[in-house]
Amino acid sequence: MLEIALKGSKRYYGWIAFLLVLIGIGSMAYVNQLMVGLKTTGMSRDVSWGFYISQFTYLVGLAASGVMIVLPHYFHNYKKNKHMVIFGEFMAIAACVMCMLFIAVDVGQPTRMLNVMLYPTPNSILFWDMTVLCGYLGLNLMVGWICLEADRQRLPHPKWLKPFIYTSIIWAFSIHTVTAFLYQGLPGRHYWLTAILAARFLASAFCSGPAILLLVLKITEKFTTFQMPKDAVKTLVKIIMYAMCVNMFFFLLEVFTSFYSNIPGHMHPIIYLFSGAHGHHELVPYMWTFIGFAFLSIALLVTPKLRENHKLLPWTLCILVIATWLDKGLGLVIGGFNPTPFDTITPYMPTGKELLVSMMVYAIGALIVTVLFKIATGVKAEMGHSQALPCGCSTEDFCDCAEKAEAAAEAAATVEA
Amino acid sequence: MKMHYGFPIIVGLGLFIGLLCLPFVIGKGITKEYKQPELKLPANEKECIESKEFMRREHMQLLNDWRDWALRDGKRIYTNHAGKEFTISLQNTCMKCHNNKADFCDKCHTDAGVSPYCWDCHIQPEGLK
Amino acid sequence: MKNNRRAFIKLAGIAAAGLALAPKAMASSGASPVKKNPAGITAKRWAMVIDSTKLHTKEDIAKLAEVCHSIHNVPHIEGNQNVKWIWGAPYAQAFPEQENPHLAEEVHEREYILLCNHCENPPCVRVCPTQATYKRPDGIVAMDYHRCIGCRYCMAGCPYGSRSFNWGEPREGLDLSKLNPEFPTRMRGVVEKCNFCVERLAVGKLPACVEASEGAIVFGDLSDPDSDVRKVLRERFTIRRKPAVGTEPGVYYII
Ligand code: HEC
Ligand code: HEC
Ligand code: HEC
Repeated sequence: MLEIALKGSKRYYGWIAFLLVLIGIGSMAYVNQLMVGLKTTGMSRDVSWGFYISQFTYLVGLAASGVMIVLPHYFHNYKKNKHMVIFGEFMAIAACVMCMLFIAVDVGQPTRMLNVMLYPTPNSILFWDMTVLCGYLGLNLMVGWICLEADRQRLPHPKWLKPFIYTSIIWAFSIHTVTAFLYQGLPGRHYWLTAILAARFLASAFCSGPAILLLVLKITEKFTTFQMPKDAVKTLVKIIMYAMCVNMFFFLLEVFTSFYSNIPGHMHPIIYLFSGAHGHHELVPYMWTFIGFAFLSIALLVTPKLRENHKLLPWTLCILVIATWLDKGLGLVIGGFNPTPFDTITPYMPTGKELLVSMMVYAIGALIVTVLFKIATGVKAEMGHSQALPCGCSTEDFCDCAEKAEAAAEAAATVEA
Repeated sequence: MKMHYGFPIIVGLGLFIGLLCLPFVIGKGITKEYKQPELKLPANEKECIESKEFMRREHMQLLNDWRDWALRDGKRIYTNHAGKEFTISLQNTCMKCHNNKADFCDKCHTDAGVSPYCWDCHIQPEGLK
Repeated sequence: MKNNRRAFIKLAGIAAAGLALAPKAMASSGASPVKKNPAGITAKRWAMVIDSTKLHTKEDIAKLAEVCHSIHNVPHIEGNQNVKWIWGAPYAQAFPEQENPHLAEEVHEREYILLCNHCENPPCVRVCPTQATYKRPDGIVAMDYHRCIGCRYCMAGCPYGSRSFNWGEPREGLDLSKLNPEFPTRMRGVVEKCNFCVERLAVGKLPACVEASEGAIVFGDLSDPDSDVRKVLRERFTIRRKPAVGTEPGVYYII
């Protein structure tokens, strides 16, 4: 099927060239980082993980989120999602690759990375994180590719694939749980040391991930004949709404526990993030933006009228993505390191080079998404699945817009006659 | 049957095979025969940790074992096959005898095309500049 | 026929097991070619007691840090990407959860010497994905710099901020003419920390800071009731950093 990715419009090739340029620019920053070391980043002795690891954490959520489309389809036989599943799986592939790249660029001695496999260490969560991420990548590659190929040949999906699909659904929960374990098992990092972290990670993944997927699919609709079934979108947005509510609920639980118990270690990171400490207020505006956007997005999502407004939906989703990113992609890591073990504050801001390297990873992810989505939409177009109708509906919607329009035209004709 | 694009295909194949063989041709024709590098051996010593043949063949393996023994097992005395004891240390044993890294280790390694990364941390007998 | 196959499988199994074991056996069992230096000093559990009534000024601590850093080729780097094995901090930073607003002023204003605690339950060892940091049988939490991939998980795991990462090339922060030629430096991209002077213990010397402290730091075997450290611990009131995290530090402070 790869040949589908080779045939494209000028615009398609232009976009790919643009991404390659971004990757080229970013890789120069990365080569520089390789040569002189991670001192090109804003990380320090006290804040020893930064932007890279936080992007990794956020993207594990994106990888896990495809399951919100796959699960209703396979566990609840929700047929409306049938032609969306492949996009969830392909997004997961890109996200997994980006996660691994973010780890790779964060490591001080990337040439020795294989040591993780040469000296397998089951007591290290990082070892398990590598295992589950590789496994999830493999599962999605296999399931996605085989299903799409079967679709293309108008064959039913092979039976033997079922166990792998079910495994991959459960696996999706494991990748984000293990990623949370990476943080929540560390003594002395109070912001992370909480049993609810894994649950919160999953909740935030299941709202932010599908939101990103929907946004990307909206863009895909603009450039291809693919059209998401209306009901599938509706269901997904509802899932996003509930997940976001649960996410914020969990956050409030965190706040309650910290402040009602009045334990300094638990309060300090939250105080630092939301009102500053020891004269450092770097993150305060970002964190309040997170709170503001989070509740704004919830307001827009829980109101049925606003939720179903298709003009507004992309904006709502953007607001939600920004909110969750500020929370999990920024505050989480910095809040874990600050206050430091010495109860001091070491501010952290990513440097330009750090952002360039991150841009490289994101551009690689975008390239993978572009190619995979091109293939998927190409196959869908060949098969006539989920295609846009002139009325703006999808072929899966079984809409009667066309008949209605015909009837209206007929009526108009009879009136004239 | 007529071959489509026969000419470019044959020329392309020829070029490909030619390029593939080029390094060997250059290697045989232009460079001279391989000569054992002339090493500067320790002046006042006669014997290495193990036999010369063993050292030639196995010194990387020995060093690898040495660092695991010293750091992981905490055992820093090595007894060689002849029963002689040595302190396990790259800087303080090997390089005390082989105190000319440039004319010993490096000479061989340059020829063999290996560049051990040990000296990123370990300090060579010549000192650092 | 059946028997034959069985015999074959058995033989194959034994052969495979032999292949797997042979290299190990040659390396470790029987006539092991390596042993401990008999001149070295050993213990079941090394520990350190720091007398902060004697050692509590910035100058004294800087002196010990200088001794440690020079023999271990620890680079001097300005800013918050610095590397340090030993350093000093006031009470509020050394014991943040054991503060008390009316603490004796003199105690509060002392400078405390900080270093790796060589914990009984070290989180850094628990989290390291390559066993590059490991606990030796004598309680010392050691590092194998050859294996470290620089993921810095141990730095996130350490509740004491005892670990430093080489953000850049450490040799840029060293005076190359004054290196200790007996000890390696490190390279960019690996984590490092105090090693309780394993290389000195191996040849029968006490850790350099202990030696230079003029009696303010006692070092010895915690599992030996007659050792110096146990004697001091019996007689003086001591605390350890962050007792709540359950790491059981091997470094005690006389207050
Ligand atoms: C006691 C001094 C001494 C020490 C210690 C020592 N060497 Fe040697 N090494 C020698 C001498 C002398 C020779 C030459 C032996 C000969 O010609 O038979 C030699 C030969 C060698 C050779 C083979 C050179 C050739 O001609 O092919 C290698 C490789 C080598 N040493 C590596 C090492 C390494 C690695 C270490 C540390 C593990 C080490 N040596 C420690 C004295 C020493
Ligand atoms: C007789 C030539 C010779 C001499 C002398 C020699 N080496 Fe080597 N060394 C080699 C060769 C050849 C290899 C590569 C072996 C291979 O790739 O399998 C090697 C590999 C190594 C390696 C492993 C490198 C890697 O990347 O795998 C180390 C470490 C090493 N040598 C250390 C030393 C040291 C230290 C000395 C000096 C004391 C030394 N060698 C002297 C020939 C030599
Ligand atoms: C990242 C820095 C680093 C690199 C790279 C490195 N070493 Fe080491 N090495 C150390 C340190 C630090 C020690 C600890 C010294 C001690 O505790 O006595 C050590 C110890 C050793 C020891 C045992 C004790 C001693 O004093 O020598 C051996 C043997 C050794 N290294 C060999 C090697 C070899 C061979 C290489 C290259 C293949 C290498 N090392 C690369 C940092 C490094």
